[in-house]
Amino acid sequence: MIIEGHFGEYGGRFVPEALIGALEELEAAHNAAQKDPAFIAELAELHRTYTGRPSIITEAKRFAEHAGGARIFLKREDLNHTGSHKINNVLGQALLTKRMGKKRIIAETGAGQHGVASATAAALMGLDCVVYMGEEDTRRQALNVARMKLLGAQVVPVTSGSKTLKDAINEAMRDWVTNVADTHYMLGTVAGPHPFPTMVRDFHKIIGDEAREQILVLTGKLPDAVLACVGGGSNAIGIFNAFIPDAGVRLIGLEAGGDGVETGRHAATITGGSPGVLHGTRSYVLQDANGQTIESHSISAGLDYPGVGPEHAYLHDIGRAEYRAINDDAAMAAFELLCKTEGIIPAIETAHALAGALIVGKELGPDANLLINLSGRGDKDVQTAAEYFGIPL
Amino acid sequence: MTQLDAVMAKVRSENRAALIAYIPAGFPSQAGCAKAIKALAEAGVDAIEIGFPYSDPVMDGPVIQEAANISLKAGTNAAEVFAALKVASRTGVAAVVMTYWNPIAKYGVEKFAQSIAENGGSGVITPDLTIEESDEWIAATKKSGINPIYVVAPSTNDERLKNVTAKTGGFVYAASMMGVTGTRDAVASTASELVARVRTVTDLPISVGLGVSTREQAKSLARYADGVIVGSAFIKLLLEAPSEQAGLDAISHLAKELALGVREGR
Repeated sequence: MIIEGHFGEYGGRFVPEALIGALEELEAAHNAAQKDPAFIAELAELHRTYTGRPSIITEAKRFAEHAGGARIFLKREDLNHTGSHKINNVLGQALLTKRMGKKRIIAETGAGQHGVASATAAALMGLDCVVYMGEEDTRRQALNVARMKLLGAQVVPVTSGSKTLKDAINEAMRDWVTNVADTHYMLGTVAGPHPFPTMVRDFHKIIGDEAREQILVLTGKLPDAVLACVGGGSNAIGIFNAFIPDAGVRLIGLEAGGDGVETGRHAATITGGSPGVLHGTRSYVLQDANGQTIESHSISAGLDYPGVGPEHAYLHDIGRAEYRAINDDAAMAAFELLCKTEGIIPAIETAHALAGALIVGKELGPDANLLINLSGRGDKDVQTAAEYFGIPL
Repeated sequence: MTQLDAVMAKVRSENRAALIAYIPAGFPSQAGCAKAIKALAEAGVDAIEIGFPYSDPVMDGPVIQEAANISLKAGTNAAEVFAALKVASRTGVAAVVMTYWNPIAKYGVEKFAQSIAENGGSGVITPDLTIEESDEWIAATKKSGINPIYVVAPSTNDERLKNVTAKTGGFVYAASMMGVTGTRDAVASTASELVARVRTVTDLPISVGLGVSTREQAKSLARYADGVIVGSAFIKLLLEAPSEQAGLDAISHLAKELALGVREGR
């Protein structure tokens, strides 16, 4: 059963009392906006003229030859402005920020995709923007740091804890507790306290709404499986949402297996974690016997997170969606394969979903149709990939 | 009635505020923490909060974060927290634990409340547990006879103040300002406004925390608050001291000053 702000036993609000007022204000603003034709029209117009929606579907025929002959369709969120699905959410939240009369946004980022998207939305709408980014990630994703600065954002390297996405969120929450009166926290995924998991899903569900219509036109039927990578899980919820009522469509989330779930060095939260509370929500968490968060590991900065959205935890527990882990090496093999068979350089995050498709395609056989959310492009990952494949820079 | 209830009643009868000190378990070391607790108690502290160090302390500023990291690296877990609680309660002061929610959830909600009581603890402060998520916890604290202590903030509206304080026992923890833990030059005016608003909805004692570090600040808070909570100021002294003994001397000195402060307010 889903009650307000909860997905079964998951979700809710586990936050300092100081933030409750802001969360209630945000919830009210979001609920009002979802019913307001003017808001809906404004966001739709932005998506048409700025994001570049609807995003197209590309059939990956040469790539599919390596997936047991199943037909593979890519939902091209990588072609959105700023290069990933993240723009869907930030434009929605930026409009809400203006409606709430706030002038400043803060955001966390791992790979930099959400930070770039936030900085973009802030520039477009004339808002001040501060992005918290783990110091470790500012090194891994130096290009995106420069991109955010070009867009006028201030990037704050976070030196506490593991110096990655988890700690960037901690720091953003500390900023928010202090400056909540004039600041909106533009959380980038379907995690965090209510209303974030619901609100961020609402802004991303356009992916699945479009894709479901497009695939019906293209193939005359629903796909056998929908696949997406899962870190916090925003692109996955975005494409899954429209298919949840379609019982015959398998929903498969691919988590970051890092060096292998069995090694303990991974970011596969549902596969290798347990229920707990992190960053304001109850969901699966990578944690030790004392409830301390365990640091995650992944070649993909965007999936390198020890939590996951509460709706995914719920979909997992009720058996509606399945979650599997893809190791770094398998993801990078799929990354290379898509580059060389389709001329598309995917984000390393997305490569986890592609690796999943190679496995699931073989399981389902040549009659199957797979829909994959190609959530982001890999320009930002060229350095990491070059290092991985030994290409001198 | 818990030891904390008794202490808060006693200071009220003495027409003064209580001095409440915070120290994370396992900091500056396992043995050092026990010594620090004893030093604070001897210096005149009325109640001690034992912090459960946590990997993701979103309500804490850099000072407490650093102390928590030191403690976690030394392997502090629930057993050390309860041991420190026992040390504190044996000194005669009221002893409580302050912890983020996940360590309680992982330990087992009912079992945690029970262990608090068994180790002489009076209650638990849960800064990231909202009342909406509290049903299981409230039931557990009732069963174990300990105080569930909730935090209210300047942004908490009157309606919510009523609901939060209705679930609270021991004292209401009033956050003096919007922000994280850490010492501040001045205690914000938001503190007195918040305490006045809380007074209209509850008869519970009200303790003010966040940013307090000096005798003067303690004195000004003691004019209208029932308790003054000091954490980062002690931890900073322990972090900056050239030796453990020097640190213990420094916190003892500060605690004595603050103990004077809470008696000078009225």
